[in-house]
Amino acid sequence: MADHTTQSAQAGQKSDAGYWSANVRIILVSLVIWAICSFGFGILLRPMLSGIAVGGTDLGFWFAQQGSIIVFLALIFFYAWRMNKLDKEYGVDEE
Amino acid sequence: MDQFTINLLFVGASFALYIGIAIWARAGSTSEFYAAGRGVHPVTNGMATAADWMSAASFISMAGLIAFVGYDNSTFLMGWTGGYVLLALLLAPYLRKFGKFTVSEFIGDRFYSPTARLVAVICLIVASVTYVIGQMTGVGVAFGRFLEVSNTTGLLIGAVVVFAYAVFGGMKGVTYTQVAQYCVLILAYTIPAIFISLQLTGNPIPALGLFGDHSASGEPLLSKLDQIVRELGFGEYTAHNGDTFNMVLFTLSLMIGTAGLPHVIMRFFTVPKVSDARWSAGWALVFIALLYLTAPAVGAMARLNITEQFWPNGASGEPVSLETIESDPAYDWMQTWQQTGLLGWEDKNGDGRIAYFNDGNADAKAAMEAAGWGSANELTNFNRDILVLANPEIANLPGWVIGLVAAGGLAAALSTAAGLLLAISSAVSHDLLKGQLTPDMSEKSELLSARIAMAVAIAVATYLGLNPPGFAAQTVALAFGLAAASIFPALMMGIFTKVNNKGAVAGMVSGLVVTLIYIFLHKGWFFIPDTNSFTDADPLLGTIKSTSFGAVGAAINFAVAFTVSKMSAPIPREIEELVESVRIPRGAGAAQDH
Repeated sequence: MADHTTQSAQAGQKSDAGYWSANVRIILVSLVIWAICSFGFGILLRPMLSGIAVGGTDLGFWFAQQGSIIVFLALIFFYAWRMNKLDKEYGVDEE
Repeated sequence: MDQFTINLLFVGASFALYIGIAIWARAGSTSEFYAAGRGVHPVTNGMATAADWMSAASFISMAGLIAFVGYDNSTFLMGWTGGYVLLALLLAPYLRKFGKFTVSEFIGDRFYSPTARLVAVICLIVASVTYVIGQMTGVGVAFGRFLEVSNTTGLLIGAVVVFAYAVFGGMKGVTYTQVAQYCVLILAYTIPAIFISLQLTGNPIPALGLFGDHSASGEPLLSKLDQIVRELGFGEYTAHNGDTFNMVLFTLSLMIGTAGLPHVIMRFFTVPKVSDARWSAGWALVFIALLYLTAPAVGAMARLNITEQFWPNGASGEPVSLETIESDPAYDWMQTWQQTGLLGWEDKNGDGRIAYFNDGNADAKAAMEAAGWGSANELTNFNRDILVLANPEIANLPGWVIGLVAAGGLAAALSTAAGLLLAISSAVSHDLLKGQLTPDMSEKSELLSARIAMAVAIAVATYLGLNPPGFAAQTVALAFGLAAASIFPALMMGIFTKVNNKGAVAGMVSGLVVTLIYIFLHKGWFFIPDTNSFTDADPLLGTIKSTSFGAVGAAINFAVAFTVSKMSAPIPREIEELVESVRIPRGAGAAQDH
């Protein structure tokens, strides 16, 4: 296993680096959304959203109890889809 | 058929199913024992992960935790699901690519250090053992309540069932029983929730009903709940009453801790490919979300339902009379649950009525006195677990739903216990025996030692479940603290940075020690009562409670690791190649032969 990876790593050194930085970029963007929807909308920014009524309470409460979970789900599926596509673009997917 | 027979039937049938799976899914090799042969479909693994993750606490206690505190306890909802984003983006795919059997093995190989591996094994075992105690007591309690056997007998029956599928089946047996257990627990959780949501809001989906209108009054459910609890002197349900900084930190600690718990991470070693590990984390969260989106609805609705039973005409009307409690069938559940010691009431002022309110609130107390209902709360014992356990009876659901809830509670406790026991036994047989003491052990004897380690782990867990140490209730903070402060940062740095062996060990040890000291300072040294210097009500640092300290411990771990690593030799060439290979999905299949 080590031999195989070493060879392909040397051959595609540059594209591997490009693949990794693209991955890190996708992760960073996803984590910013992750933080804004949970710590942001759910907790710290809740007073700011208090004007938006949702079913007897406000949007911040909804984010804290439901919205954040739905966003987390969307993020993980987006990441899986995007990365599996990226794997193919850089030719590092599994056969 | 009486309720006892129905409960027995449901629990018996579910146990027969688990044993049947155990016979079908026996492990024949170490790869099957540790990682189910890496042939588990991502959706199947997602379902197994959901059962692995959702413990007796999620099933029985979480709705109550939210119901009695309201908005401020949303931390559990966000924390215990948000960790999966970290797991999916930062750990699971790379650890699957690495293709070994335990979390500590990755730390040992990546940081080319037996010491690092040993520190990771110790954290893993301490976190898992403390966690498993709660599951075992949960099994005993569920048996005791639903099947009229003693806690001890219940615990022993549970241990025998886990023994059957975990010792023989290993990860393979555990995976497929967890799938069955997930189905049992999610049905048991959602069916009563759908009924109560229909009764209160007319909406069959509890998560939508929570933000819908209360059918009886036409007002939004949450305003109705806010209003009645406010009138009774409790904090408003949707209001933010606690400290904001601690709330953020606690949520973050739960997230990091979730992503660092070994029994969850190792489930992702069982899927065939790196891309499967990515999908599988998403499926795990889908199955978890089915319960986590329902739980806050169950909490709010059950609280409104119960409060209205005590105040049939609202807080400005009359409290329920003793005569009604004794004669009205709608109050039968109170008699049933009084016997379990989870509910208690006393007519303190002798007016023949039970007034339920917060007598710690001066305004509510004055209002109750003025109305003539006395100055003391007469619902003397109101255990929050009742919200889920008694929900079917309060909503007057048929007997089979109660039987299902019994089987569901047991499924939640057993599935998590089995996952934890697997993490412990593979750490002992693979990391300690094979990794450190007898490296030349054959595959066959490693498989045998894994089974023996599992049997011993079950025996120890059963003993601790029967004789829980006084600190059992505090241990969740400990497990999450350890996972957050030591395991998660080490794994993340192993994948995303070139931190070296010295940095990793120094980081893990300092994160661990500082977190432990902070927990001990607040909860007592080694949890011995009265040896604490601070309390969580008035913590050492600002408003940071000891339960929220895991995130701080993680930050210390990162900072120390980077500093020490900068000052010492860079990682060798072959480790750099290991990091490169872990980052690239191609070639994961080859690792299956290990």
